[in-house]
Amino acid sequence: MAQLTPLAAQAAAQRRYRALKDSIARWTVAVGGVAVVGALLMIFVYLAAEVAPLFRGADAAKRAEFAAPGGGHALFVAAEEQAEVGVRFIDDGRVVFFSLDDGRILGAQRLPGTDQARIVSAQVVSESGHEYAFGLSDGRVVLVRHDYRDTFPEGKRVVEPSLSFPLGETPLVVDEQGRPLRRIALQREDDGLLIAAGLEDGANVLVPFALETSFLDDSTTLARGAAIEVPQRFDHGARADFLLLNPEREWLFAAAADGELLFIDVRDPTNPKLLSRRQLAHEGETLSALGLLGGGISVIASFSSGRTEQWFPVRDANNRYSLRKVRELPPGDGSVNALSMEQRRKGFVTADESGQVSIYYTTSERLLLRERISSLPLRAIGVAPRANAFVAEDSSGTTFVWEVENRFPQVSWQALWGKVWYESYPEPDYIWQSSSASGDFEPKLSLAPLSFGSLKAALYAMLFAIPLALMGAIYTAYFMTPALRQVVKPAVEVMAALPSVILGFLAGLWLAPFLEQYLPGIFLFLLLLPFGIVGFGWCWDRFAGRLRAVLPEGALGALLIPVVILVGFLAMGLSRPVELLLFAGNMPHWLTTELGIDYDQRNALVVGIAMGFAVIPIIFSIAEDAIFGVPNHLSNGSLALGATPWQTLALVVLPTASPGIFSAVMIGLGRAVGETMIVLMATGNTPVMDMNLFEGMRTLAANIAVEMPESEVGSAHYRVLCLAALVLFAFTFVLNTIAEVVRQRLREKYSSL
Amino acid sequence: MSTLPVKRTAHWVGSGAPWIWLNAGAIALCMIMVVGLLALIAVRGLAHFWPADVLELSYQDGDQTVRIIGELRSAEQVPAQRLVEAGVTGLPIGQEEFERLLLRVGNRDSYGADFRNVLRPFILAESAPDELVAIERREWGNQYGYLRAVKQQGTVVAEGAAVWSEFQARLLRANALHADIARIQKDEIGRVNHRIERLRLNGRKLELDGALDAMAKLELAEERALAEAEFATLRTQLTQLSTEVGRDSYVLEIQDGQMLEKPMAQVIGAIRPNQLSVPSKLAVYFSNLWGFLSDDPREANTEGGILPAIFGTVMMVMIMSILVTPFGVIAAVYLREYAKQNLLTRSIRIAVNNLAGVPSIVFGVFGLGFFVYILGSGIDDMFFPEALPAPTFGTPGLIWASLTLALLTLPVVIVATEEGLSRIPRSVREGSYALGATQAETLWRIVLPMASPAMMTGLILAVARAAGEVAPLMLVGVVKLAPTLPLDMNAPYLHLERKFMHLGFHIYDVGFQSPNVEAARPLVYATAAVLVLVIVILNLAAVRIRNQLREKYKALE
Repeated sequence: MAQLTPLAAQAAAQRRYRALKDSIARWTVAVGGVAVVGALLMIFVYLAAEVAPLFRGADAAKRAEFAAPGGGHALFVAAEEQAEVGVRFIDDGRVVFFSLDDGRILGAQRLPGTDQARIVSAQVVSESGHEYAFGLSDGRVVLVRHDYRDTFPEGKRVVEPSLSFPLGETPLVVDEQGRPLRRIALQREDDGLLIAAGLEDGANVLVPFALETSFLDDSTTLARGAAIEVPQRFDHGARADFLLLNPEREWLFAAAADGELLFIDVRDPTNPKLLSRRQLAHEGETLSALGLLGGGISVIASFSSGRTEQWFPVRDANNRYSLRKVRELPPGDGSVNALSMEQRRKGFVTADESGQVSIYYTTSERLLLRERISSLPLRAIGVAPRANAFVAEDSSGTTFVWEVENRFPQVSWQALWGKVWYESYPEPDYIWQSSSASGDFEPKLSLAPLSFGSLKAALYAMLFAIPLALMGAIYTAYFMTPALRQVVKPAVEVMAALPSVILGFLAGLWLAPFLEQYLPGIFLFLLLLPFGIVGFGWCWDRFAGRLRAVLPEGALGALLIPVVILVGFLAMGLSRPVELLLFAGNMPHWLTTELGIDYDQRNALVVGIAMGFAVIPIIFSIAEDAIFGVPNHLSNGSLALGATPWQTLALVVLPTASPGIFSAVMIGLGRAVGETMIVLMATGNTPVMDMNLFEGMRTLAANIAVEMPESEVGSAHYRVLCLAALVLFAFTFVLNTIAEVVRQRLREKYSSL
Repeated sequence: MSTLPVKRTAHWVGSGAPWIWLNAGAIALCMIMVVGLLALIAVRGLAHFWPADVLELSYQDGDQTVRIIGELRSAEQVPAQRLVEAGVTGLPIGQEEFERLLLRVGNRDSYGADFRNVLRPFILAESAPDELVAIERREWGNQYGYLRAVKQQGTVVAEGAAVWSEFQARLLRANALHADIARIQKDEIGRVNHRIERLRLNGRKLELDGALDAMAKLELAEERALAEAEFATLRTQLTQLSTEVGRDSYVLEIQDGQMLEKPMAQVIGAIRPNQLSVPSKLAVYFSNLWGFLSDDPREANTEGGILPAIFGTVMMVMIMSILVTPFGVIAAVYLREYAKQNLLTRSIRIAVNNLAGVPSIVFGVFGLGFFVYILGSGIDDMFFPEALPAPTFGTPGLIWASLTLALLTLPVVIVATEEGLSRIPRSVREGSYALGATQAETLWRIVLPMASPAMMTGLILAVARAAGEVAPLMLVGVVKLAPTLPLDMNAPYLHLERKFMHLGFHIYDVGFQSPNVEAARPLVYATAAVLVLVIVILNLAAVRIRNQLREKYKALE
């Protein structure tokens, strides 16, 4: 016993050690296994997390509220880049800079000319350029800009505001008779400026100024041109209550409060032409605010009923412009008193009579935020340049500063999948154009043309692959001799292993030029092949006689190889004569001129063949498995009852295997939809929506491959690309799940048979 | 049986025989496509290295006769109509089609383009003189012409008949010197640069840690001075070699009679193809082929070799295999051996299965967004703050590409391993338990070895898929030209964060993004042939391993 005890203890220790090892293994494997499955789930979670912010609205939080610095009524309020300093343009001619954190006054200045005359009109010239114009009661105009400079006294950043006067400190004489400028609009470029003014008597006057540089000392002087009156006036003797000039100085929009708008061509300021006269307001409402959206193309019109609309000039087929209503945005509760445009996007903010501020985005037609910030009517509002804050002022003279978090207003379900009327386009359309060289760019992020491209490519690929793969699978599984099967199956595996980049490059560099050259030959081949094969079969069965005994039926496929090759050569040989005979010597050209079908060298036909080639082995092997797996006694029974092999196949075997064939097609479709390299290389990657066999497409997958590396992380573009990936993921996942469930059912069915 | 042929045919059709024939035709067509495609790649890719004859043509170009010297690249029949539309005049009447030859005339620095189309009817005379030389250069593509003189520092040292042997002798010397220069530039200067960069990063790290005192500064400066001195020595060596290699030059008469004098240092090799016998052509062929496989690319990848791409592909696949095998096996073992078999495991299984069908580009997006931007940036912030804002791991690179592909191929390994595990009879496990083994011991000693052929199968499929996958790599680490290989002689030797080249991407890049597609096309075919070969070899090797394992564990089954 004394000897055994240590042994027993040792054994117990050993057992404990083994049990410990066992539980360590259990835990490692469990943790590892769950982690791996989790990692795969992460893909979905990650993509969804990247996409989610796109559909969130805007958030806003109050930063400060204080009595309006400097008092009086503000004509405009604005903020600088960092949203630290604000500025108020007060109706008595003072300009007050203040801290947006606490309303502390940082500086004040009086506008030149306002000591002798009153301000009677005020106009935003350019929110992004920080320029405002004021019309005085003596017929003169002041253009002012608020500037900011960062200084670093004692190592801390301090913003130092100042005013500058791009046209000089002396107000510019617009009306030589010194009549008050009831409304003004001003736009300037390097070579000069154009001022439009609405006078008390209802006349609208255009005054061009040319900027002349002196040869002597490079100093510039403004030369006033003759004032021209727009010949047309408002109906009912109304006067202009809103005047807008677009930055390119092409269009003058003059509107009266009753809603009448004159759309005037001022490209030649000496000869203004009225292009159209429209009534914007509905019955019982008046126009309450009018402004130019960032970029200066669209006009935003708000009404006393709370409605807001977007209009812009559209060019028709005859090169004539007309002002069209593009969209109506979700209405608010009160009359809109002030508008402020986002400076780098196509969004804007309204402040209304009920004290509410609304943040809109035009392209996506979204109302991102509506917040009641005051119980009193709001009078002025200004958005910070980065659209991350706004300053507003109510009728009691209280200033409100709010922070805004509004990162992805440009995306909505409608903008992604529906037709959108983009600025300067003649009609609503599905367009994908994510970037452009121009700065004032409206991103066109419609996934519709890309999804269409994916489906088009997949459709043509399936048209090519399904017949070949399924027929091949049927023959291989049901008729072929085992010896031949030993050759065919590895060959198909090789086909599956061929990288898609190789198929894509052959499609783009070899197949596409080949097809262009032998286009009639290809169609001839498709036409002749069935006849060739059946004809050969008939001859063989009829005349081969003794040879038939030597070659078993299952090896006949091999005999057809030379037949197919021969038909191929025949078709290609006939291609040129047929082209000369029927298609005037050049079929692609003939298609374009005679049928009006555009022909791209890299087109859907090329993609269909190349991607079909990639999909064939997938469909083939799954379908072959399903057909081969049909229990033998079923077909034996059928054959014993006198059915021919074909009848047995068509009426017994295929119906039994049909779920497997269905899942083969589903999985093939999933592969075709997500294939990237072949489409990337074998099409022109233009996002067109056209089923034309001879034109290319841009697919979701190829688009991701092209644009993702250049896309800025976290931007709307990046997230939309993630959404494209998510769409692909979800689509293929659903297809595969259906296929998988069907297949499992089939497996159960086979095992019960 | 009726003797009427019509009735017999009707019976033949009624029996469904035409359908069977059509089905057979479908598989025949598939086979032709596979074989044809492989043959196309092989022929086009491998034929490129054969030294083609250089032709000298006397050619009617408008109203003057010119001499054209070049390699025949391809010939095609062009309809007369198309030529007339293109503005060709003076064609003989009454012929439907004309033969158009594509000649590689080289001398891109003189003519701007490498290629020239000529029409058969305008060729007045055609010959292939023995003296014509084809010169392969480091820049500006090939040269064709007559070698007229060899010069040393501007003085003629050989002319006439002696010129060829003198040229070859001096070329050997120039190439040897060039190899020295390349070694110094690439290896030694690279090493010194690496050291200087490390010193800079060390200094920055100390600074960030607040440990950069005077002592450390002094030490760093000392080491830096050492490295810089070494750098200066290398530079002098380099200058010396450069002057030496620039000693010789040669004079070539090109097709329009111009005498071009070019430095010998620019020449990689030269042959007189028209003079070569078949065995020597074979030798040239294999040396060209070897050069293709073992050289770095030149001229925006349109010339030279593909060694870095082969290296990158193999490297990435290897790292991927190391990552994917353990995780795939663990997940499969968990799902099959440890997890309870219920609806949850069934749906997990279906989900894993389906992930194999999710488009690869989706994995690429995930790899870029999650691995590179989230994981990689996190690693940078934590471990490599001294290099910021230049990212170390927070940018696409080898490790992220391997990880992404590992994720992509994970379902393949899991499914295959599970399949193997499910085939092992219960009795084997129960036997092991009956002998007192724990579950872990049973797994390690009995189950896993028996399932190893299945795991290997999974890995084979994973490797085959990974080697050919390009789309996700475009997002997570492949570049058209990587300056350095991910494996070199500088610590830590294996640089997982580096970008790399890949055969598949090389095909895409050279075939579709290159400025000189026509010249690069044969190389694309050759690269495709290599990629197919690599995939087939990887497959075959794995199949052999699988069979060996099967043999080994046959007794168990």
